[in-house]
Amino acid sequence: MTQLNRLSTGGRINRSKPLRFSWRGQVYSGYEGDTLASALLANGIDVVARSFKYSRPRGIIAAGAEEPNAIVQLGATEATQVPNVRATQQGLYEGLVAEPTSGWPSLEYDLMGAVGKVAGAAMPPGFYYKTFMFPESMWMTYEKFIRRAAGLGRSPVAPDPDRYEKIHQHCDVLVVGAGPAGLMAALTAARGGARVIIADEQEEMGGSLLASRELLDGGPATDWVASVLAELNEHPEVLVLPRATVNGYHDHNFLTIHERCTDHLADRAPHTQPRQRLHRVRAQWVILATGAHERPLVYGNNDVPGCMTCSAVSSYVQRYGVVPGNRLVVSTSNDGGYQAALDWYDAGRRVVAVVDARRQVASTMADALKARGITLIEGSAVLNVAGSTRVQSVEVARIDVDAHQVIGPVQTLVCDTVATSGGWSPAVHLSCHTGSRPIWRSDIIGFVPGATHEQRLEAGAVAGEFSTEGAFNSGFAAAQQALQALSIPVPQVIMPTLESVDIMPALALFHVPHTLPTSRAPKQFVDYQNDVTAAGIELSCREGFESIEHVKRYTALGFGTDQGKLGNINGMAITARARGLSIPEVGTTVFRPNYTPVSFGAIVGRDCGPLFDSKRYTAMHEWHLAQAAVFEDVGQWKRPWYFPKAGETMAQTVNRECVATRTSVGILDASTLGKIDIQGPDAREFLGRVYTNAWAKLAPGRCRYGLMCGEDGMVFDDGVTSCLADQHFLMTTTTGGAAGVLEWLEFYHQTEWPELQVYMTSVTDHWATMTISGPNSRKLLGELTDTDLSAEAFPFMSWQPMTVAGVPARVFRISFTGELSFEINVPANYGLHVWEALFERGAAYDLTPYGTETMHVLRAEKGFIIAGQDTDGSVHPHDLGMGWAVSNQKPFSFIGKRGMVRADCVRPDRKQWVGIKTRDPAVVLPEGAQGVFDPNAPIPMPMVGHITSSYWSANLNRSIAQGFVKGGHARMGETVYYPLADGSVVEAEICSPVFLDPEGERQHV
Amino acid sequence: MLSIYCPHCAEHRDEEEFHYKGQAHIARPVDPDNCTDEEWGNYMYFRANPRGIHHEVWVHALGCRKFFNVTRDTRSYQIFESYPIGTSPAVTGEQGGQPS
Repeated sequence: MTQLNRLSTGGRINRSKPLRFSWRGQVYSGYEGDTLASALLANGIDVVARSFKYSRPRGIIAAGAEEPNAIVQLGATEATQVPNVRATQQGLYEGLVAEPTSGWPSLEYDLMGAVGKVAGAAMPPGFYYKTFMFPESMWMTYEKFIRRAAGLGRSPVAPDPDRYEKIHQHCDVLVVGAGPAGLMAALTAARGGARVIIADEQEEMGGSLLASRELLDGGPATDWVASVLAELNEHPEVLVLPRATVNGYHDHNFLTIHERCTDHLADRAPHTQPRQRLHRVRAQWVILATGAHERPLVYGNNDVPGCMTCSAVSSYVQRYGVVPGNRLVVSTSNDGGYQAALDWYDAGRRVVAVVDARRQVASTMADALKARGITLIEGSAVLNVAGSTRVQSVEVARIDVDAHQVIGPVQTLVCDTVATSGGWSPAVHLSCHTGSRPIWRSDIIGFVPGATHEQRLEAGAVAGEFSTEGAFNSGFAAAQQALQALSIPVPQVIMPTLESVDIMPALALFHVPHTLPTSRAPKQFVDYQNDVTAAGIELSCREGFESIEHVKRYTALGFGTDQGKLGNINGMAITARARGLSIPEVGTTVFRPNYTPVSFGAIVGRDCGPLFDSKRYTAMHEWHLAQAAVFEDVGQWKRPWYFPKAGETMAQTVNRECVATRTSVGILDASTLGKIDIQGPDAREFLGRVYTNAWAKLAPGRCRYGLMCGEDGMVFDDGVTSCLADQHFLMTTTTGGAAGVLEWLEFYHQTEWPELQVYMTSVTDHWATMTISGPNSRKLLGELTDTDLSAEAFPFMSWQPMTVAGVPARVFRISFTGELSFEINVPANYGLHVWEALFERGAAYDLTPYGTETMHVLRAEKGFIIAGQDTDGSVHPHDLGMGWAVSNQKPFSFIGKRGMVRADCVRPDRKQWVGIKTRDPAVVLPEGAQGVFDPNAPIPMPMVGHITSSYWSANLNRSIAQGFVKGGHARMGETVYYPLADGSVVEAEICSPVFLDPEGERQHV
Repeated sequence: MLSIYCPHCAEHRDEEEFHYKGQAHIARPVDPDNCTDEEWGNYMYFRANPRGIHHEVWVHALGCRKFFNVTRDTRSYQIFESYPIGTSPAVTGEQGGQPS
């Protein structure tokens, strides 16, 4: 295919590197340095999309981030699909494959187009909600088709093959934007020796200078750009980030930069290179040099392909050597629009006329126009466009801007391209992210960034300095201010010399009047991406949605992925006129991060798949793997859940593990239990304050179970604490609660009782812990140690240092199974050795490894709670029947004491923890089942408590359960019913939560 | 993401290293057993929700594990100071968040 709109010379493209790309399945060619948009225009492609609501044909309007129409689907394979890519921001590469995201079933025959044409006038704002919401049940069905028709692109269904990265950066000065202001600011800061990051979202740095006709120091502006970039790249403390959009400006000068490292090179990132990088920057100072977006004028049928902004026309001609048409009409309210006409003319194509809304125009640009003999029509504007898939002609007339009226005859000009300029809107978006509101400046007809508490400065067009000279000066001034604040001497920088130009002030024109009232005029689009029209905004105001935030939500103004970069100010101006207010009185909507869409890949970085979260393994993990253990996640820990033998179901495994432990000996890897080492002269006093029971008399060598409550008296953790020495304790916590408990202890120590001399640290990872449990556990341990393990020498609830399998160990005689148990702790690095030694000797006793599931069953048989399963933050020790663990004799009012005697905590009908024995021993209640006293009560039945633990007990050959029942402690033997979701009702008896060995004879041996 | 100065480490660090622990200067009653339910309820549950200056407790959870106080503006998220537990703030607002 020939590039019929490509000039033979000029532009910043590399003509020696032609590239092929595919659009809608057809192959076209472009050049290195093209964007997808410039390449499409070079090939004369007019229609790139169908509009969101009316399904009108749309073409490329702009050349940058503000483009609302040219939203495409990218990707040569399923895995590399990228939805919603702006063609104006996508660098062209060999083999690029792009498809439209809208137009269903196709761009030519668009089903919605039929609806849009027939019912166009009958589709006011709120159309979909007003029409399709009834019946409500059908909305989900409608929505599917509306979305398909609306063109939002699609996500890939295959995993992304590329790598994405995150990087943290710190700098003295972050310069956002590399136009004249940003480059000057960065150059000044860099020469001063500051650590500088300069980021620019475009394929090439230079901003407005890339398409400028101005000479700097007598040469092309791009020469100056190249020399500055060369110098910046030489500074070791300067990071230059092209193709990097600063997307979020967060609190305390934290900014995120989305760098597209290799998106411009190929469909897939080259080997070893990341596709994109997310920079997380903490900057001392931020200089916003984000420039401005040109506002198109709002006129009839202003969305017909061929309607563009003036600056876009200039960009395509100057930067890409593409003239996107043959006959141009310019409609402008300011000098800026003239450049498009000059560029077009100088490229050898016909400029039909420049239509300026101002009268008695006198400026350097107007002189240049006259010198070329281009027709200038003053005091007028383009009212309307004729054409459907391409502009065919325009209607021009004299207008009275103040009266918003057409005041002269309408003339028709034949053309194929209309470029309009309503002035420039500073890109204030980033300045608003931290809550600062922009301020209206009538002298520049735009909003500029408002006051901020952040260390932020602005330079160039974003600050209302639209001239190149003003941009240079303000860029230098901003850098100077930042350097002074950083106590860095300001270096010498010589400003480039510029030719002087006479500028005529711009006219405030947003919405061009039509001969018909707005509601009857041809559609005048304000927000192209969401099909918001001037008539729609006026209707919104008439219907009472007057606040700009309501207008936005009623019409969807600014809701697209372009965040209304082209249309927002025009929309505000139309709202203002409809309400008889000024633009600052109407105000702006809130801009939020992100400035442009960011791929999920960049946000996720490497934190996906196996790296999504950290994993913690015990010292015996390899052994568990070799035994084909099934694992359970407990916090970040991987804990063996059960150890199935070949062919066993989970239930069979757990039954076998439970029986083996109670009849001979089982072993549990308990290394994950939280362990906190507590030392200091006041350690004992401290324990007494944070636990509910007494610690004053716990002798060295002894262990004690403790309950930990909040100030509200509710249990939040439990565990055994052992006295290692008079001023030295080892506390154990639940696996999941370890970190929280340590922070809790530190909180009370540091903020309430700093006078206590006590020191705490986590030693969870230092120790490998293995619990052997069962009648043969003493014999087994005896084979690996010389220490006397008899009941007299080593009683229950005590601990001893000893050597186990040649390794120094702390052995605790504590039990969570109710059996004779020894908890062997050895330094973690010896864990596997001792574990294997136990198994070597354990074969004679059928030593059985068991996991968390069997641990749960065994403890439930004994009626031991699991904090977090049997408690939920609303349960105090007395509710659990554990008043024995609360000492009211302690002199200090421990945490939880006052809380648990509040009026509500002493009600006799509180839900209390009891055993639940189903009448049919074969039925295992589901955990969470709700109990009722009267199963025949009308629905909703009064619920009296729920099941917290429920298992099949192989040792008891029946089901066991525990749970809460209102006033349960006084209802022993009574019946409670559990109506289940399947309609059945399970009848059960309230009993003691201890099902096995209530006297504790098995552990006291 | 806030940048928080830890007075113990003497460094500004990112918010993700810290845990927020609620309003500062809430003293635990000296004699809880003789508090009325209302007094105890106020201590436990009632907190200021100022629009403006707020004093709050943070802990450098992934750093030195030390607790300290911060004076922050709840409107702008500006942090005016970090100061050790047991000391008074230099910056105070008109209402709420005052040391009790």
